[in-house]
Amino acid sequence: MNIIVLIKQVPDTSEVKINRETNTLIRDGVPSIINPYDLYALEEALRLREKQGGKVTALTMGPPQAAEALKEAVALGVDEVVLLSDRAFAGADTWATSYALSKGIKKINEFDLIIAGKQAIDGDTAQVGPETADILDIPFIAFIRKIESIDNNKMIAERMMDEGSDVVETTLPAVITVVKEINEPRLPSLKGKMKAKNMKVTTWTAQDIGADTECCGLKGSPTKVVRIFPPTPRGQREILTGTIEQQIEQVGKKLKEQTLI
Amino acid sequence: MDYLLTEEQIMIRDLARQIAEEKIVPVRAELDEQNKFPWEIMKSMAQADLFGLFIPEEYGGLGKNTLELCIAVEELSKACVGVATTYAANALGTYPILLFGLDAQKKKYLPAIASGKRLVGFGLTEANAGSDAGGIQTTAKLEGNEYILNGTKQWITNGGEAEIYSVIAITDRSKGARGASAFIVEKGTQGFTFGKKENKMGIRASATCELIFNNCRIPKENLLAKEGMGFIVTMKTLDSSRTGVGAQGVGVAQGAINEAIKFAKQRIQFGQPITSFQAVQHMLADMQTQTEAARALVYSVARFVDSGAKDISRATSMAKMFATDVAMKVTTDALQVMGGSGYMKEYPVEKMMRDAKILQIYEGTNQIQRNVIALDMIKALAKEK
Amino acid sequence: MGIKIILDQCTGCELCITSCPFGAIEMRDGKAFLTENCTMCGACVDACGAEAIERTEEEPAATATDISAYKDVWVFAEQHRGILASVALELLGEGRKLADKRKAKLVAVFIGHDIKDQVNTLIAHGADQVYLVEDPALKDFNDDAYAAALVALAKKHKPEIILAGATAIGRSFIPKVACSLHTGLTADCTGLDIDPETGNLLQTRPAFGGNIMATIVTPNHRPQIATVRHKVMKKAAPNASRKGEVIQVPFTTQSSLRTKVIKTIDDLTQKINICEADIIVSGGRGLQDPKNFCLIEELAQTLGGAVGASRAAVDEGWIPYSHQVGQTGKTVCPKLYIACGISGAIQHLAGMQSSDVIVAINRDPHAPIFTVATYGIVGDVLEVVPMMIRKFKELRG
Repeated sequence: MNIIVLIKQVPDTSEVKINRETNTLIRDGVPSIINPYDLYALEEALRLREKQGGKVTALTMGPPQAAEALKEAVALGVDEVVLLSDRAFAGADTWATSYALSKGIKKINEFDLIIAGKQAIDGDTAQVGPETADILDIPFIAFIRKIESIDNNKMIAERMMDEGSDVVETTLPAVITVVKEINEPRLPSLKGKMKAKNMKVTTWTAQDIGADTECCGLKGSPTKVVRIFPPTPRGQREILTGTIEQQIEQVGKKLKEQTLI
Repeated sequence: MDYLLTEEQIMIRDLARQIAEEKIVPVRAELDEQNKFPWEIMKSMAQADLFGLFIPEEYGGLGKNTLELCIAVEELSKACVGVATTYAANALGTYPILLFGLDAQKKKYLPAIASGKRLVGFGLTEANAGSDAGGIQTTAKLEGNEYILNGTKQWITNGGEAEIYSVIAITDRSKGARGASAFIVEKGTQGFTFGKKENKMGIRASATCELIFNNCRIPKENLLAKEGMGFIVTMKTLDSSRTGVGAQGVGVAQGAINEAIKFAKQRIQFGQPITSFQAVQHMLADMQTQTEAARALVYSVARFVDSGAKDISRATSMAKMFATDVAMKVTTDALQVMGGSGYMKEYPVEKMMRDAKILQIYEGTNQIQRNVIALDMIKALAKEK
Repeated sequence: MGIKIILDQCTGCELCITSCPFGAIEMRDGKAFLTENCTMCGACVDACGAEAIERTEEEPAATATDISAYKDVWVFAEQHRGILASVALELLGEGRKLADKRKAKLVAVFIGHDIKDQVNTLIAHGADQVYLVEDPALKDFNDDAYAAALVALAKKHKPEIILAGATAIGRSFIPKVACSLHTGLTADCTGLDIDPETGNLLQTRPAFGGNIMATIVTPNHRPQIATVRHKVMKKAAPNASRKGEVIQVPFTTQSSLRTKVIKTIDDLTQKINICEADIIVSGGRGLQDPKNFCLIEELAQTLGGAVGASRAAVDEGWIPYSHQVGQTGKTVCPKLYIACGISGAIQHLAGMQSSDVIVAINRDPHAPIFTVATYGIVGDVLEVVPMMIRKFKELRG
């Protein structure tokens, strides 16, 4: 079974802090990582390969430094990696990203399953997986927490819903996104890290994948960001005084007044 | 301090540290409390290729040496000496095969060891043969194509959990130390059973138990080197592994310092963090200096061993003895810096102090190490004359 | 649109570097330079004191649609097991306001099986028109089938705006709808408005784990599609006398379905769905031990509320993921939120800060949770919560 895993290099948003004076993000020293949800996608692909044989290819689109994320994927054990990198891709929204990825996937050509994390922690859109599936005209299932059975033509899997879960069957090839309940990602191996250190990452430009630059990057993006601003903090804070017992007494009284308890 | 590690050595350190922080730290207290063998962690380490670190590439390993092994052991020991002991004892049990095995023996065992599929133990100590290895009573008698083993090995690390054991037994009692031989014994061989798991003061994540041989028959091909080489196999094995025990000492000392300074910075007394008191500052400074000195010695000795030097007993004994004495002192002082909190099981330092104690005892007590060092000094002087 | 640096005007003051949320500006030869990380968000344009950075308008790409042919605001009215979801009513409340601003109709698209008895609820909450698509194949949510139904309708009737809940269902199949219509989609919006000049839908959403807010438009494509976060928009008060038109639409494309739902499983551990609860008591790492979570449960029970948790508590395995509140868990908006031993990482705040009243209990007076708290108690949760349980029991009689 040949699997393509879509990954994204993201800033570690848990390390991002806000400069309260200028209300901007402090990015100094914020490390770039593989989107954490994509690690579950990589792990699931590697486990499927260990069971069924075949090949795992990690694919990403990004600036040249995104090759580092692909090298991390090699350290984890993927067989091949491809970076889509071109100035024409810059500023892409989810549609333009999905368009480029689908062109890259077509060039890779051999695949039975495409796996991605449920969303990326920087954008949190969860749209690239399903949009890529639609452009490739293959089925899509989101939020998978367990693959129950899989062969070359069919997969049965359990997906998380807001109030429980569904067991879903789909034809293959398909695109799926996975949630963190699906597995526990492995750590890199030394042999993998050594292999990654010396490798040259395959990089394809828009021309290499036959992408129409009208559809790429900012130009090809239906959505545009028109404003970025910091979230407004709430200002109605009330500091309570006295012993803990007295503070609880005050809170209780205020909540009672507002008929909350 | 920058020890001018290579890119690969830094890679090994970072990966071992990642395993320590992500896989060991969250469960170390539970492993300690429940006397529980860390199979999950062993799996992670195997998957990360750590078991193949010091095994030649032709047998499925990474072909690295003592320094790399010490770097990995140090990082693991920062988190838990119990887990690090399991890993280091695996190396200890592997050295006899690595140093003295025939190609066929290496081909049979090393790939499975390198991949972490099979764990190894080293069976030397007996009830009446601790520091005095000459007191070994386990016997091996050749009968046709088989050796028959009888006797009991005591306090064997990885006992019961490991599948492969390097065992020292007497093949000719009349020859004294020259009558000992080394064998490979596999778990599951008829006549080979285990005693009950020991209940220890520290390193409780590691398994320790008796190996019991009762007319245990093993194929003749499982003899390592030649009959009568058992004592030499033992000495060379201990020479190879001893620096790693020093690395355990450096690791646990550093782990305790890290906890102590983190605590001291947060602990407010007399209106200020206790790190602002000179009494505490001086303790921290001494602890770090001693640990750095131990690390410098361990790394230097590891490099010396890796250079292919022949006479390494004195150097490795110094590394083991010094670094583990430092470990005992530094973990004790780290607990002292933390006061009552340090004594509580809520914090990991009391465990580190309990764990550190074994380092002064196993693989040759620090008193025996001093004997080795002194005897080598005297021998060298005699040669000069 | 793009971003251009006018080198003659750049003073090399580096103000733009600190303003860039993506770290995409460097100094080269004393002038600002945009690297490939630039997403063209425009944050630097406002920051520049020398007017050396400007937006450049680009010709709409050849793929753009003729936007004048599109009108009306549509809401995908989600249902679970035949019961209308509350997010649908919230979207109707917000959709009504947008439709009024655009002087257009508000249309609900209601897909399922045996659901026609609820169309009046949709009309009472603001819909002028309901497209009702009923078929046994639509009983359970299915990506292919639901997308086919909505895409067919949108292609035929050309709505200007489509809103759907940013729920598991909405986030699964709406991207396919947007893609099939080749238009833009903005995920998980927390604010919607109409730009009075262009008539474009202004879609505001958090990004970077809630660290920044971004406003996004779809200027050249229609429909403009957004998924909207649950519990952020307000339902309108129902008006049973409102009149509306119900149009039954047959579902015809079922033969091409590649996916099917074999069975559905309810999560029994989740006694009260935290998204719907009026009172939530949440626990975090400050509880120190899974067994202390019973304190949270007891307090929740005392108040008749639901139990929530921070990501730290869920990651520790103290409580299932379905209870997680925050950016990567559920967004909640109860009347009362009590945060116990939660420090208030930005990603947690993103999921609960629109609660009406927030009570925070934490040992660290500088914990960020106190910046959003209505009432803050500085103390050890293990000490405070048991006292609180006693006190609140007393107050409730």
